[in-house]
Amino acid sequence: MTATALPMIRFQNVFKRYPNGREALINLSLDVASGEMVFLTGHSGAGKSTLLKLLALIERPTRGSLVVNGQNLATVNRSKIPAYRRQLGMVFQDHKLLADRSIFDNVSLPLVVANTAPRDVAKRVRAALDQVGLLKYEQARPVELSTGEQQRVGLARAVVTKPPLLIADEPTGNLDPDLSLEVMNIFRRFQEVGVTVLIASHNVQLIEHFKARRIHLEGGRLIEEFPVAEQPLFDPARLIDTAHLADREST
Amino acid sequence: MNAWLARHLQTLVGTLGRLSQQPMASLLTILVMGIALALPACLNVLVRNAQAVSGDWNGALDVSVYLKTSVNADTAERLMDTLKRRSDIKSIKLIKAEAALKEFREHSGFGEALQALSDNPLPNTLVITPVENLASPAALNAMSDELRKLSEVDVVQLDTAWVQRYLAMLDTVRRMVTLVGLLLALGVVVIVGNTIRLDIQNRRDEIEVTKLVGGSDAFVRRPFLYCGFWYGLGGGLLAWLVVSISVALLAGPVRKIAGLYGSQFSLAGLGVLGGVALLAAGAGLGWLGSYVAATRHLRAIEPK
Ligand SMILES: Nc1ncnc2c1ncn2[C@@H]1O[C@H](COP(=O)(O)OP(=O)(O)OP(=O)(O)O)[C@@H](O)[C@H]1O
Ligand SMILES: [Mg+2]
Repeated sequence: MTATALPMIRFQNVFKRYPNGREALINLSLDVASGEMVFLTGHSGAGKSTLLKLLALIERPTRGSLVVNGQNLATVNRSKIPAYRRQLGMVFQDHKLLADRSIFDNVSLPLVVANTAPRDVAKRVRAALDQVGLLKYEQARPVELSTGEQQRVGLARAVVTKPPLLIADEPTGNLDPDLSLEVMNIFRRFQEVGVTVLIASHNVQLIEHFKARRIHLEGGRLIEEFPVAEQPLFDPARLIDTAHLADREST
Repeated sequence: MNAWLARHLQTLVGTLGRLSQQPMASLLTILVMGIALALPACLNVLVRNAQAVSGDWNGALDVSVYLKTSVNADTAERLMDTLKRRSDIKSIKLIKAEAALKEFREHSGFGEALQALSDNPLPNTLVITPVENLASPAALNAMSDELRKLSEVDVVQLDTAWVQRYLAMLDTVRRMVTLVGLLLALGVVVIVGNTIRLDIQNRRDEIEVTKLVGGSDAFVRRPFLYCGFWYGLGGGLLAWLVVSISVALLAGPVRKIAGLYGSQFSLAGLGVLGGVALLAAGAGLGWLGSYVAATRHLRAIEPK
């Protein structure tokens, strides 16, 4: 990565005020480099979800500029939003799976909306499900899966189009510590193959396990950034990661 | 292009599966639409049959031209030849005064009394059959006005009043049918629109998620359009069935009545063309209704 390369995400003096007058983000400037993994922390109401919604064009900034993957989002009008969102993988706390569709159909949705040829769809869905270790559930319905497995399906859906940027809002909010670590490790693996990953989480204990940049929000302001170097060099994720892989290969 | 086509076909069949998931609701919508479409279709068949009946009556629109008694048979014949050149006259028959008198003597029963008359009181008469496409009351009136101006002509008798009344009535009924048809078409659009609106509300999550993963408005709308299409096609098919059964049930009695009047008239149904038109109208209106509803309501559903 060269110094002149554009960051994947660049917030410049971004303000977000909701119609009810709430100032959710105040003068926020932030760069996220391509291929970086970043944790977004902060108390409830700090503005984490708002920041991610701006990236997904669910909300628009009140002021300031936001450039993602080389596109100034101010120029992405309503009709161009679908094409923009296809470059983005999104994971949600409530995973937003469609209950009346099979796991395969859930994961294939981003490919189907992008008009991918049916043959490629099957191939890529299986590859994505394999990456999260859920290939055998292809034909199951979401209710037949555990919460952690559902979250992994959501992750498979987010990465099935191989987006350059993956954003997640509290992806481990409903999971116990073991499952949380497992899901976070999958995110880490995507970062390792070059995907930029931005995860909002208030589970400080969990993310302390990871050697990654941390951005802290408080009352809509960016308060402190922990550079990667300040993180403990010991990264337990590596251990669990390999253990998990070995476990999966044996089944 | 191929993937695009395959995708459309998949959606088309997929929505059919979706409709069969709630068979009662779907059938109810189709039933209501079928009735709404069958009503104007039945009325239309009725009007077209009534028109066919009036077509049979064109023969009754002959114009009787009574010449002045001073006009003799030769002059009458010459007048007939001149009039024959008119483009609005199909044929002319001359009933000579003597022939008329003779017939009258033989058939009226006044033979004896008429024997006493020295002069023939009956005039030479021309019976004019107008060309068919002119046989409208207005055109006939115009023609008889012209004939009346001729010096040889005494009286032009044209009994169009009843035909005029009938045609005027038919015209009114036809307009009413058009009006009823338009209102019911609007009804069909509203019915489909409402069904689609409810469907959209039930599928809020699905729509939100589809938009989140980059589904365009057109993509999200597509299954709803096909739903409307199927509803309309189903309604049209049902309407066709209703009309065909009604016509089949009425055909016998109508033929009987016509027979009693010595007519060959028989009730005409929708025909294949009419049926296909009904299907197309149903499908088109279904599509339109869902298009309006989907375009309106899908815009409001955005991920939060
Ligand atoms: N749609 C909205 N309309 C009005 N105010 C909103 C809306 N969404 C969020 N807010 C307000 O903006 C502020 C930031 O909310 P946001 O959801 O970004 O916080 P958060 O950091 O994600 O919190 P949590 O950890 O609880 O999810 C809050 O004060 C919230 O009340
Ligand atoms: Mg939040």
